[in-house]
Amino acid sequence: MRYTPHTAADKERMLRTIGLTRIEQLFDHIPAPLRERASVSLPAGLTEVQVKRRMGALAARNATPEGWHFFLGGGIYHHAIPSAVDAVISRSEFSTSYTPYQPEVSQGTLQAIYEYQTLLCQLTGMEVSNAGLYDGASATAEAVLMARRLQPEGRRRVLLSRALHPQYRAVVSTYLKNLGDVELVEVPFDRSGGTDIDALTKSADAKTMCVVVGYPNFFGVVEDLAPIQAACARAGALLVTVTTEPLSLALLQPPGAWAADIAVGEGQGLGVPMALGGPGFGFFTCQRKFVRSLPGRLVGETVDHEGRRGFVLTLSTREQHIRREKATSNICTSQSLCVLAATVFMSTLGKNGMRRLAEVNVNRAHETRERLAREAGLAPAFSGPFFNEFVVDVKGLARRQGRFSAEKILPGIPLARWYPELPDSLLICVTEMNEQEEIEHLVRALSGS
Amino acid sequence: MLRDDIPGFPELGELEVLRHFTRLSHLNYAIESQFYPLGSCTMKYNPKINEVVARLPGFSLLHPLAPAELIQGALELLHGLEAMLAEISGMDRVTLQPAAGAQGELTGLMVIRACLKERGNPRRKIIVPDTAHGTNPASSTLCGYDVVQIPSNNRGMVEAGKVEEVMDEEVAALMLTNPNTLGIFEKNIQAVADVVHKKGGMVYLDGANLNALMGIAKPGDMGVDVLHINLHKTFSTPHGGGGPGAGPVGVKGFLEDYLPVPRIAKSNGNFRLQEDLPKSVGRVRSFFGNFGILVRAYTYIISLGGDGLEETSRMALLNANYLRKKLEGAYHLPYPEPCMHECVFTDRLQHKEGVTTLDIAKRLLDYGFHPPTIYFPLVASGALMIEPTETESRETLDAFAEAMGAIAREAKENPALVKSAPHTTPVGRLDEARAARKPVLRWEPTKKAES
Amino acid sequence: MEFPEGLKYTKEHEWVLVEDRIATIGITEYAQQELGDVVYVELPEVGEKIVKDDPFGAVESVKAVSDIYAPVSGTVIEVNDTLPDSPETINDDAYGDGWMIKVEMSDADDLKDLMSAEEYAEYVDQQKEEEDEGEEESGEE
Repeated sequence: MRYTPHTAADKERMLRTIGLTRIEQLFDHIPAPLRERASVSLPAGLTEVQVKRRMGALAARNATPEGWHFFLGGGIYHHAIPSAVDAVISRSEFSTSYTPYQPEVSQGTLQAIYEYQTLLCQLTGMEVSNAGLYDGASATAEAVLMARRLQPEGRRRVLLSRALHPQYRAVVSTYLKNLGDVELVEVPFDRSGGTDIDALTKSADAKTMCVVVGYPNFFGVVEDLAPIQAACARAGALLVTVTTEPLSLALLQPPGAWAADIAVGEGQGLGVPMALGGPGFGFFTCQRKFVRSLPGRLVGETVDHEGRRGFVLTLSTREQHIRREKATSNICTSQSLCVLAATVFMSTLGKNGMRRLAEVNVNRAHETRERLAREAGLAPAFSGPFFNEFVVDVKGLARRQGRFSAEKILPGIPLARWYPELPDSLLICVTEMNEQEEIEHLVRALSGS
Repeated sequence: MLRDDIPGFPELGELEVLRHFTRLSHLNYAIESQFYPLGSCTMKYNPKINEVVARLPGFSLLHPLAPAELIQGALELLHGLEAMLAEISGMDRVTLQPAAGAQGELTGLMVIRACLKERGNPRRKIIVPDTAHGTNPASSTLCGYDVVQIPSNNRGMVEAGKVEEVMDEEVAALMLTNPNTLGIFEKNIQAVADVVHKKGGMVYLDGANLNALMGIAKPGDMGVDVLHINLHKTFSTPHGGGGPGAGPVGVKGFLEDYLPVPRIAKSNGNFRLQEDLPKSVGRVRSFFGNFGILVRAYTYIISLGGDGLEETSRMALLNANYLRKKLEGAYHLPYPEPCMHECVFTDRLQHKEGVTTLDIAKRLLDYGFHPPTIYFPLVASGALMIEPTETESRETLDAFAEAMGAIAREAKENPALVKSAPHTTPVGRLDEARAARKPVLRWEPTKKAES
Repeated sequence: MEFPEGLKYTKEHEWVLVEDRIATIGITEYAQQELGDVVYVELPEVGEKIVKDDPFGAVESVKAVSDIYAPVSGTVIEVNDTLPDSPETINDDAYGDGWMIKVEMSDADDLKDLMSAEEYAEYVDQQKEEEDEGEEESGEE
């Protein structure tokens, strides 16, 4: 394929205008040794038909919910996406525009982001939302970095719940270790699957910068935020909540109701396909008093010279293109198209649709856990309340992978790779996409030994 | 524990929602409707086939925590894309994990830091020229480094001498953009790299402008140790109104061990994930990065092939130089060096009449063109940074040059018209001071004034 | 442009009004014009010590941030607390209601190298010749 429109006559005429005769003269000021070695040694281009065949063949070698009984969650969720979502984000006016730096011709993107910020505040119960970050993991790291800006130098210890998504903990560690002054301390979980409140209360003190917990956490357990918030308040630490399944907030008391200082998470579950875990977007919300320390873009409302309502990027002096080395973050994207998908998703489902969908998830997941206990003899690993994910212990789990594959079932995520103390534990996610028949398969596959 | 309402959340029919967003879409400029010559952003055509492929269920419905044996097609794609980007850039190894250019910068600096630390001293400073993108200093800070800024010379280039003045054993790396943000090829880059290497430092290349280099010069041959690549620029993935993009990082072989985990390894025709690499900087993002964007970039590369990519850069240079020639005279050209894929003019000739770059940009909207990048780079006061890209035809460039010419004439004859532009857009110039003084960042049912 | 007699000026475009050991500090008419619409002001708290030539606060316009440098060393005894809510006062009345802080000076010698109104006017003329324009955003990603 070629996407360059120039005819031979165009090229000649353009070169003549420039005062040249050959294309190569355009770069003969580049040192010859560089030019001589520059050729790109890749196969020749393909036609669209060839591309589709080749990519189709690669796609066919992957397991998807279309051919498999599918119960994977753990931070990326398989939900139904209304057709309206792809219809809107496929519009080239949205997908092929740039960051809205020229507001007069970007009101579509700007207003959509403003609506997103509004919806996210409503969903999380927080006062301010930014326009979006890369993903839930880096949003968590950015939350810790923001806590570092807000807290005095004497407070540099971060308490991370061990029940927080292990990859999120890994990213926080990667982001923080080069700054040299922040200590990460892991707080254990207890038999409820929630953060061990006693251990947390003991650890939170005058040196604690912030406490970071999942809500729901990696085990699907809904943490009891009241005592966690109390421990933070006593110690003067900031409370950061991390939500990987935002649909849960349609039913749960949101982080804002528990006086969280910063509430972040992954937005993929709101209308973005799984796509091997990306792109989705990180959401970032906080209390209003912290707004000047916020990372990432913000859209605000204003008027033009005739008093017409309009939207602009605002409080930009926080950002890298102005404040450079003193910026609140180096980020200069907001995963805008994914954020738009979430905005359309939430608008289409609406208040009742979101709540109904969340209820279906809760009901199916709970029903599945009960059936697994009753019919397959699998005891729940944890006692805490959960949304649409739960952990069960399956004897000899590692040995059974081959059989699962033969039966074309992805029954869940084995936890042993991150939690050696949970060698037989399986994290099972049940959503509205899992019909009764599929749940039967799961029960059968996990029965016996 | 449960809430009984989501206060303020909408309740609408699907048609109402679609009408709303369709109406909003009409308020946007976009590549598929307008010429969009934003310098440094590489607003090229985003091929439709990329979108078709990325939506194949075998890609869009994959779960990142499925066993590696069950996502072999995806892993093969990632492994293949790493190799293709390495070939194009002249680097030895590539990681695809960073979600954007800025995250790529951070990752690259982390890799440098990890290597230097192992050699005994992570060092304290990063050198950044005054023409650099704002992300360079911001990423340096985030990686725990102090920033030392050096001036470029009067031809817009970094000089080895200037680097030598500040280069010492505490400098971890020099960050360079090549071609730089003035669209000028840093001819001295190898000499500059020698100065840095001699003191044990490394050279980081901001690969934002790779669209100028394919088949023309490889960063890997220029003395570059680490670079990032913006797939949403050179490799045609859509900008989406501000993401998602992807910012893969390429390194020379001696830095491979420090790249983020997981790495994708091939043995006996099978692909597997290596998580346990002790020297690695760790993870910078969850899962595999922005896979959906990586699929699009892969599709683009195999569609064009090696020769198509080379033609891409050649036509990008042709278009930029053509436009530069057409605009010479009407606008001030602060640096007379030959340009690569973009060129920088300023408002100096219009300034006499009180017409500024901002006014010219806004007036372009009335002519149906998206303005160039403005007021960047900072070294060219009142900059208009123009990058046409290779996918624009001569006719489009001519029309744009004509509009720019007309605005230059208006600036002389009727400056008020230019200064009050735009006149044809859905809203006029917006009161940004008001937005920043009393920020209203969300709609509220009661619409009470926010503090 | 107005540079009142009786004030002292810095190269960073701050003004100082000295009454006994108390220095009132703000930014000049030239500084506010260069910045454009001021949208935010960051000031120290009463009781904080400031050090000559070090930044003690910042003023922001929509697309620029400028540090404000201390013309003298001393202790902050009063802060103009109307500025956070109405930063535009700095644009409207840079030498009057737009004052920023009052400082009890620790060393009167600090005043020696500050400029008079006349010297500052000359300095501003030089600056104007050199400058052209310059704020707004970049469009990179």
